[in-house]
This record gives sequence, C-alpha cells and structure tokens, in this order.
Amino acid sequence: MAAGVATWLPFARAAAVGWLPLAKKSMPKPPVDKKSRNDEILFVNVSGLRFQTWKNTLDRYPDTLLGSSEKEFFYNEDTQEYFFDRDPEMFRHILNFYRTGKLHYPRHECIQAFDEELAFYGIVPEIIGDCCMEEYRDRKKENQERLAEDTEAEMATDIPLPPDSTSRERLWRAFENPHTSTMALVFYYVTGFFIAVSVIANVVETVPCRPPKGSVKDLPCGEKYSLAFFCMDTACVLIFTFEYLMRLFAAPSRCKFMRSVMSVIDVVAIMPYYIGLVMPENEDVSGAFVTLRVFRVFRIFKFSRHSQGLRILGYTLKSCASELGFLLFSLTMAIIIFATVMYYAEKGTKGTNFTSIPASFWYTIVTMTTLGYGDMVPNTIAGKIFGSICSLSGVLVIALPVPVIVSNFSRIYHQNQRADKMRAQQKVRLARIRLAKKGTTNAFLQYKEDGGLQDRDSDSTALCVKNRSSFEHQHHHLLHCLEKTTNHEFTDELTYSEVCMTESVGYRTSRSTSLSSQQGLSSSCCPRRPKRRAIRLANSTVSVSRGSVQELDMLHVQKVAHQRLSVCASSRSSLNARSEDLKLNCDDRDFTAAIISIPTPPANTPDESLPPSPAVPGILRNSRSGSFTHETVKISSL
Amino acid sequence: MEPGPGGQKGSGKWQRPRFTRKALMRCCLVKWILASAAPQGPDSSDSDLELSTVRHQPEGLEQLQAQTKFTKKELQSLYRGFKNECPSGLVDEETFKTIYSQFFPQGDATTYAHFLFNAFDVDRNGSIRFEDFVIGLSVLLRGSVTEKLNWAFNLYDINKDGYITKEEMLAIMKSIYDMMGRYTYPTVRDDAPSEHVEKFFQKMDRNRDGVVTIDEFIETCQKDENIMSSMQLFENVI
Repeated sequence: MAAGVATWLPFARAAAVGWLPLAKKSMPKPPVDKKSRNDEILFVNVSGLRFQTWKNTLDRYPDTLLGSSEKEFFYNEDTQEYFFDRDPEMFRHILNFYRTGKLHYPRHECIQAFDEELAFYGIVPEIIGDCCMEEYRDRKKENQERLAEDTEAEMATDIPLPPDSTSRERLWRAFENPHTSTMALVFYYVTGFFIAVSVIANVVETVPCRPPKGSVKDLPCGEKYSLAFFCMDTACVLIFTFEYLMRLFAAPSRCKFMRSVMSVIDVVAIMPYYIGLVMPENEDVSGAFVTLRVFRVFRIFKFSRHSQGLRILGYTLKSCASELGFLLFSLTMAIIIFATVMYYAEKGTKGTNFTSIPASFWYTIVTMTTLGYGDMVPNTIAGKIFGSICSLSGVLVIALPVPVIVSNFSRIYHQNQRADKMRAQQKVRLARIRLAKKGTTNAFLQYKEDGGLQDRDSDSTALCVKNRSSFEHQHHHLLHCLEKTTNHEFTDELTYSEVCMTESVGYRTSRSTSLSSQQGLSSSCCPRRPKRRAIRLANSTVSVSRGSVQELDMLHVQKVAHQRLSVCASSRSSLNARSEDLKLNCDDRDFTAAIISIPTPPANTPDESLPPSPAVPGILRNSRSGSFTHETVKISSL
Repeated sequence: MEPGPGGQKGSGKWQRPRFTRKALMRCCLVKWILASAAPQGPDSSDSDLELSTVRHQPEGLEQLQAQTKFTKKELQSLYRGFKNECPSGLVDEETFKTIYSQFFPQGDATTYAHFLFNAFDVDRNGSIRFEDFVIGLSVLLRGSVTEKLNWAFNLYDINKDGYITKEEMLAIMKSIYDMMGRYTYPTVRDDAPSEHVEKFFQKMDRNRDGVVTIDEFIETCQKDENIMSSMQLFENVI
C-alpha cells in the first residue's frame, strides 16, 4: 500500500464504528500495540550528512530497510543515531521517497549506482514515479545493451576454449573468430582471396578480347578463354562449397544457421554453378541459365563476413526500413501522378515517346531526380508546363526535405515508441496494482491461517505472527471486523472456485460430512482440473493405508521446504536469529492439524497448482508466498 | 402585413448583406483573428488553476483542542499526516474513495466510502477539511457511547431526515457486502443484504412503523450487550 494509506489506517479503523450496530457476530479484540505511540524524531547519519525525520515517516514502508526493524542493526548507541556508510547524495532521494511517496531518479547519477542504493535500502525500482520512469528505463536499457555488447565483445576475443570442447565447437569458433588459431586465419584469408578472384573473373569475363584469328567481331574474354574461366570458376565454387559444408557441420544450431542471411548468400552464390552443371546444353534453357549467372555477383556479399563496416551498413538499412519504405511510397505516388498527367498531356502528339503511362514513368523519374537524359521530351505546351512543374517539384521532393523527413520521422518514431512505452507502463502499473491487491488478500488469509486472529497471549502465538508490523496487525483486524459484521469470510480465488465446484458437482459426497469437515474449508478434491478429481474420488474409496500417510508426510515435507524457501526469500524479519523458531512454530501447528485429519484419505493437493505469488514489489510484505496451508488440511469427506 | 423595423429576421425574403462595420466584426473569421491576436483572456486559463490554488488552512490548534478530545501532540501528528497526503488541506470525494478502497482490495468499497464521506462532510460542501476529519475522529475514538451511536445513526440516515428507512438500510447493507468481494466463504447470496436488513429492522424497529428513529436506535443498542462491549474496541487507535 502506498505511504499515504498507512496514515489513513487509523481513520479507516475508526470508521468501522459504523459497522458495530449491524454486526452479526461479535467483534474481535483489537491488536494490542505495546510500542509507544508518541512520534519521535530519528537521526540518520549517512557518511557524515545528518538527516532527521519523524519515525512515522519511515514506518510508512514497513518492508524496506528503514521502515523495518532491520535499521536497528545500524543503530549507534553512542551517538544515538542510525549510521549508514553509503552515498549521502543518493540518500536524499531515498528519504524523499519516504516523505512524498514518490521515488525520483536523479538524472546525473549513474544508473547502476542508483540501482545498488535502491537494492541496499530495500526499495524496488518499479515504484519510480511516472515523471522519472521513462528516463530511468531508457538509461537502464542503454546500460544493459552496453553491457551485453561488452560481454559479447569479451567472448569474441581470444578466450581459450574449455579443454573439453569437441572438435565441432572448435571448428565453429575458428570460423567465427579467425584470430584464434593460425589455421583459421589462413582459411579466412584464402576464402577472401578466392572471393575476390571470383568476382574479378566475373567482371573480366565480359570484357571484349581481341577476336581469334579468322573472325572480325570482338569476343568477350569469357568466350575466348572459356576453359580457363571455367577452371577458375570451378576452383572457387569448390572452395565455397567446402566452406559452406564445414560451417554447416560446425554450427551449433543447424536450422538457425541455415536460416541466417550469410548462409543464404552462400547458397545463392554457388547454386548457379551446380545448376549449370546439371542443365543440358539446350537452347531453350540456356537463356534462363544465363540469368542465373547474374546471381554469381552475390559472391561479393560474402565479403561482409570479412568487413565489419558492411555489416553495420546492412544493419542500419534494416533498422531504417520503415522510414525508407514510406519515402519510397511517397515518391511512387508523385511519380504516378506526374506520369499520368504527362501521358494525357502528350497524348495527342504524333510520334510521341509517351506511349503509355508506364512509359511515362521513366520520364517522370528522370525529370524528378534532375537527371534529364533527354530521351523523352514533351512537345505540347501543356506537356512542357507540366514537365517543368514536375522538375521543380522533383527538386523539392528529392533534394530539400530528405533531412527534414529524416528528422521528422525520428521524432514521430520516438513519439510512437513513447506511446507504446506508456501503454506498456500502464499495463505494468495495472499488473502491479492487481498484484498488490492480491498480495494484501493473501497476507490476510495467511495471517488467519497462522491463527493471528485468535485471542492471543504472548507465549502461545507463533513468532511468525508476532513479527508482523503493527500496521499489518491493525489492517487485518479491520478486515476481520468486516468479516464478523457480515458473517462471511474472505477466501482466495482458488478455494472459492473449488467450493463452487464442490457445491455443484460433489454434493452427494459432501452430504455425509464428518464433523471435521464443518470447520474451515472442505472440498472433495483437487483444485483445478475436474478430471483429476474424478480419479481422486475413485482412489479415495480405498481405505487409508500406510501409503497415504507417507504421501501426506511427503507432501508436507515438500510444502515445508517450499515455505522455508519462500520465507527466506521474502521475509525481511527472517534475518533475526530466531528465524528457525519462527518457522518451526508455524509449521508445527500445520503439521498437527494435518495429522488430525488422517482418518479420512487426504486430498492430494498438488503443490505446483498454486503458483507462488511473487514477493510483492516493495509495497506490501508477504511473509509467505501463496502456498496456503489450509489447502493441505482439506479433508475429503466420504 | 406591416413591415417590421428594418433588418428583421425571418421575413422570408433574402436580404442583401450589408458590408457594415458591425457585420464585419461579427464575421467568424475576423473574430478568430482578433481572438488569436489579443492576449489570452483571464477566463480560460484560470479555471484550470482554480482547483489547485484553493487551499484551506485549519483553525488554530487551541480551537481544535477545544472542539475535540485530542491532545495537542495527537492533533499535531494527525495534521502532519493529513497535510502530507492532501497538501491543499482538502479531501474530495474521489480521493477519499481511492484511499478507502485500498484497505479492501477484494471488494468494491466505493459505495460505502461515499456514505462515509457524507457522514464526515457535515457541511456538505463536497470536500472534507481537516476540522471535519478531526471532529469526526474525535467522536469515533473519544466520544461517549451515545455520541458514537449518534454518529452511526447519522451514517445510516442517508438523506439526514432523522429516520432510517428500509431502502436506506438496504443501500448501506449492500455497500458493506460489496466490500467483501466475490471470493468469500460461504458465498454471498443475492438476498443476504436484504435478509440482514430484515433482521436489523426486527431488532430496532420497536413500533413497527417501517422506520427507525434515533431514539429507537439508541435504546435498542444500549440494551444489546454485544454492541455496547464492542464500542470500546477502537479507542486505542490513535
């Protein structure tokens, strides 16, 4: 609950007087608060900077370091103050959080230092107010990315492989980081050389060479020295194929590798050769074959493995894809408009070049990009007018606004991102609120289970109950009063749905209820899946055997272990040395309760059906996670 | 038909527009230009500022001490908490509902919070000041049993006419059951509030006239041991 709510609790409790005349049952006794009620000023010394605040201010958040008894560890008897050896500048923000209920992120601070301080003081960063949340998130993401980059770069450097790596792993590593071994480096340079050779051969192939004797026409070199070129091509393709197969073998995830861009480029680079091999020397298909040869130029892209710069360029283009797409789209619109206009303007002219609208596209593009080849020119006056408008607008459309468009899109893009971020934040906030509500309910139900609501004297209560803050005691007392007023009890969703199911389906079984099922909650069987219930019902006709008792023990051991873990995880007060007693007390009582119920076959509560409710971030403490003890006490009534 | 004074509308015949200066001034476009050129008038922005500049200072500490049964320290502590939550010194109904709902996460506490708000806001001006707050608390925590019962009666009597009718009681009861939420054991049936109201009336309504007056209420409550003993419950809240 928020800070302010703690202030209003006395008021809410006082208002409960309104329920008293209506109550169906008598009201429970209020929790006795032995601590002195008077508010006092505390002194907090953080590395020499002295802060003073009311004790009530710090008590607003009982699950943080300053709000709980944990701060007693830092109490200095001699100077009568709490001394923390931490950053005093940061502490200002932490203390302001207590005072105002809002946590702000100081922009000039390092995000990691801030996070560490928050972790020390037990404050969860999700509470950061909306004003600073975006900045915090951005900085955090940036930091994480930077760290990820660093770790990647670190891994990429010459860290020696663990000695027991397989040859496959070594091979993959050699391919990815050629600097690791000499062989890899040699292979790297060899492939690079052959890529260059292949590309140059493709280019030189088409240069006209001196014609052989007896012919007038210039032949492209490729046809004159066809054998030489063929041998060179074969050699290159062999190397490339070998490399590709090696990579495929060494790849840790073959499917992923085959889908990667580089692999596709590799395949496209070598495919034409093989297709050419298998294809017969046929006139019909040789045209298509020639087209395939074009794909050989993709070998040049293989250089991107060798060049970091190319990779960055590719990545940049990919990331700007949407902006570029929109630019292209608007250009296309302009082109279509002007082409149409030019076509209709020039339609009447004899012998015009503007034979169709698509034919006019060429004119429009050439004019708008201010190339002006002059192969197509308008003849009519209207055509010339529109042509000049076209070229003027081309200047405007292309030359001027490219930077403007870029910056505009950058702004719109960020705005969009902000809208998405806000939506995501909203979802997170709602989820947080839901979680907090659930946490409060769970805490109350757990409190009930631990017998917190019975009339207590100091000795018999479990320490785990005593150690809860007075705020929690009072709040639970308030909820208990409400229960008594209406003569209904709060339960959780699971039990409620179970009870519904019991009442509707298993009614015949619950008819013959034993006495033990009258108290607390009873249901036939398992919470969630009705199928399982049917099976259980069948099983429970078997009389109680050793097995079921052992089952119960096992279950219980599991549950205890589970609880123990969760207590360690979420309870701050478990730092006390008496924590062992604490848990034992609670668990013992649960255990005895379970043993009493043995005569009837126990309902096998699957522990995993209840997802442990996560420790509610910084808002309300859950001294246990949501594995309710009353689930195991369920008795199948037959 | 005698012609009316010049320029009468609806005369049926289209009148040629006159380009008088007056007509020009009325033209929307001109108005807009003038409006945007003129400095911003005080009316538009002020209404936004109105709420936030309203501030309330409570009466002096001695006066409040005289009006309530709290000690000076208690009043100081209460005011610090109150001021921290509501820097403007006033609590409006929406804030009140939000605050109260946080104590009852399972159900919907807004209706009951509405009734509570009306019970605290004695002068019905739509907001609770610190004085209202503290006077109400004083009655609830330090008042005599009769005063507390009076307060409860005032809460139930929604229209403050001195009588609790069945409809009023039903509304209150429903709002209380709403706070329990869906997940209860046993499940709250739809007629649970009305059943509860019936029981209440059977107990309280002596002369069976369908309403409960303040005297009937106090008399019956004083005879009920449970109620009397539970009135002491919340004295140590502050």
